Amino acid sequence: MTDRYQTFTRTPLGKTLVKNLGLPDPAPLPRWTEGSPVIDGPVVFGAIGETDAGKAIQALLRDIGASFSTVTEGVASSTIRPKAIVFDATGATSTADLTSLQRFFSPVVRQLAPAGRVIVVGRTPELASSPEQHIAQRALEGFTRSLGKEVKRGATVNLVYVAPDAHEQLDSTLRFFLSPKSAYVDGQVARIGTGPLVSNDPSRPLAGRTALVTGAARGIGASIADTLARDGATIIGVDVPQNADPLRKVISKIGGTELLLDVTAVDAAQRIAAHAQEQHGGLDIVVHNAGITRDRRLVNMRTDAWDAVLDVNLRAPERITKHLVESGALRDGGSIIGVSSMAGIAGNNGQTNYATSKAGVIGLVQALAPALAERQIRINAVAPGFIETEMTAKIPFAIREVGRRINSLQQGGLPIDVAETIAWFADPASAGVTGNVVRVCGQSMLGA
Amino acid sequence: MTEPRKVAVVAGNRIPFARQDKTYRHASNSDMLTAALNGLVDRTGLGGQEVGEVVAGAVLKHARDWNMVREVVLGSKLAPTTPAYDIQQACGTGLEAAILVGNKIALGQIDAGIAGGVDTASDAPISVNDRLRNILLDLNRAKTYPDRLKVLARVRPKDVVPEIPRNAEPRTGKSMGDHAALTALEWGITREAQDELAYNSHINLAKSYDRGFQNDLITPYLGLEKDQNLRPDTTLEKLAKLRTVYGKGETATMTAGNSTPLTDGASAVLLSTDEWAQEHGLRPLAYLTHSQTAAVDYVKGAEGLLMAPAYAVPRMLARAGLTLQDFDYYEIHEAFASQVLSTLKAWEDPIFCKERLGLDAPLGEIDRDKLNVNGSSLAAGHPFAATGGRIVAALAKQLDENGGGRGLISICAAGGQGVVAILEK
Repeated sequence: MTDRYQTFTRTPLGKTLVKNLGLPDPAPLPRWTEGSPVIDGPVVFGAIGETDAGKAIQALLRDIGASFSTVTEGVASSTIRPKAIVFDATGATSTADLTSLQRFFSPVVRQLAPAGRVIVVGRTPELASSPEQHIAQRALEGFTRSLGKEVKRGATVNLVYVAPDAHEQLDSTLRFFLSPKSAYVDGQVARIGTGPLVSNDPSRPLAGRTALVTGAARGIGASIADTLARDGATIIGVDVPQNADPLRKVISKIGGTELLLDVTAVDAAQRIAAHAQEQHGGLDIVVHNAGITRDRRLVNMRTDAWDAVLDVNLRAPERITKHLVESGALRDGGSIIGVSSMAGIAGNNGQTNYATSKAGVIGLVQALAPALAERQIRINAVAPGFIETEMTAKIPFAIREVGRRINSLQQGGLPIDVAETIAWFADPASAGVTGNVVRVCGQSMLGA
Repeated sequence: MTEPRKVAVVAGNRIPFARQDKTYRHASNSDMLTAALNGLVDRTGLGGQEVGEVVAGAVLKHARDWNMVREVVLGSKLAPTTPAYDIQQACGTGLEAAILVGNKIALGQIDAGIAGGVDTASDAPISVNDRLRNILLDLNRAKTYPDRLKVLARVRPKDVVPEIPRNAEPRTGKSMGDHAALTALEWGITREAQDELAYNSHINLAKSYDRGFQNDLITPYLGLEKDQNLRPDTTLEKLAKLRTVYGKGETATMTAGNSTPLTDGASAVLLSTDEWAQEHGLRPLAYLTHSQTAAVDYVKGAEGLLMAPAYAVPRMLARAGLTLQDFDYYEIHEAFASQVLSTLKAWEDPIFCKERLGLDAPLGEIDRDKLNVNGSSLAAGHPFAATGGRIVAALAKQLDENGGGRGLISICAAGGQGVVAILEK
């Protein structure tokens, strides 16, 4: 699905019209390609004091070969155009320290390169050592969310809260937010807790792992399967028998196995577990991507439309997760990823059924994360906003245009953006990432 | 109340099954059922006699045939004092008719009865569409000429487009073959396995003709002596060359060779008590001992359209105190080769048997050499309501020829239904 308006804005006439009429000006968002560096430009690093997190961030920047300069507050280098600005705010112990945000960012943010990245790292407020620190850390969210709306030309701003003693878990998350893999993730908050230290090859982080992807035959599901396979995982693609042919095409390209079933079938969970154990000896990653819409306002909602949406989108992931965990088919150290939706957060006219199911997915993540942590199984969810797929292509033109533009990046995302976010969750090195719901929405104005 | 009486299958007869729009293209359901019934009457010497009841049906039926079976009886060699009624349970019609007759015999309400079925895919009932039908009904209600003219003025060119019966499920709009194709994918049924089952069906049916097994089961009709669909010389290579007709792309496996064709034909079976048979110089071939129906919710995709027999059989086995392996013959109606193979695979599958059937252990494998030993619908064809009678008669004869034993009948039907039964001797 091409965004014709965005293509038009790149033409000479389009440029003139956009400039003079103040029309939305969506910047092209580069995506990551295999073999590319994490970041292809200089990084500016700032901090409030010297902290463990700050040291870990600098170690990572060295590790990925980024040229970076440390900038003290109030000083901006006019000679460099940073591709990323990383600010360690874990040292903020009271609201007095919030002064540093303005002093540091105001001069340097002007220099940010197109499709640049701003990452603020803070201390998880609930785990702060004092009420004063809690308040200061909580304040960071307002800062990053607003700055996300201010930066232009495809730049993003995200906040990473790290728990005390979890600084060694920052790597996979910083790699994700620094790189073009997070192109459409904007204005988000990720929370990192403690976990076992996993060192793996960042170019093949999922090597030796088996990943189940439901609804893998088309759209976002096919992209998830491709992306996890790119990162080294063996894929079990699940879809309904009606989609046997497109599923075959996806799987034959990336290897792995096909499993044709309806996730709502009474024995779907058992069948998945048996397939995973017989064909692959078990599972490490589960992506509950299969989903349907049956839109109607509640006054006109038919019971079968209500039931079908809840069955596929919520009850099936709930039941399958339970069985895979209890049966041991999902190995310790595994990763479960739900697909929620912007509608599940913000609500949407005509989608009471869909939004109920997608908010329920958030509940699934939050309810299970603590107990699963005992087996080092992580559970997170992505919440896509407007993603260019066959499904959104069917939305009437005017509604589609509004959906595309009302976000900080002024464009729709691509299936790959959702898939990359899922790959970050799936990465064993993200051992400290659980209980997160991260939106892939270009910082949509809905439910923000 | 007295003990139920044993229900004997005494004789059966059918006309050879013809492919759609071929030999029987001008034969009506009534013509064909009369032929099958008269053949049975001739063979059993019941001419001019009365039997307790004749029960039969057709799936595709003209509106004028609302009392088809009684009309057939009146036009047959049976005594005109023989009562009759029509039933319809899609492809389960023929077997369900035998069960109904059997139940009345068991309860002592009748001593003998004839069960049958007929279908034509050639002489199909074409009806006017609903709009024109309403106009014509209004015309009938109009009392004056001006009123009638007003009603007639409502007729539009599109109203002359007739409604032709479709081989599709009303609730899903998908044909039965498309439904079966989905089930085949779910169970991973290969093209090769389907072709092999189809091949065996042709070979087994051809052999049964060769050894004269069909001689007293069939009465030639309109010059046809054998089932028109039978290909005694078919090979696995020939079957492998056919293009797929259901499903799409490289995952499609179902062809015209491993799916039943649309067919015309009729069958009839005589059931009675032992005493009645003896009094009429006949003898029991086998006994109808158990039966069961089941239905699945295929509409929401919870189960495959043609998987109901997979549920009906274990329920019947539990009541009969039998296992799936306690049979000498298995007659599993071949609506599609994939239907038979999906059913067998489901019974072998521990997850299906535990989660869907609620059983502790799977039903297990069957000995494939005991399956459809005299061929089945892939070779003979499948005039929907006539299949039950074909199978009951052939299995009863096979059991008799074998000097005893036990046979399982399993028939899947439209609407997500299944009708199954046990014959024993």
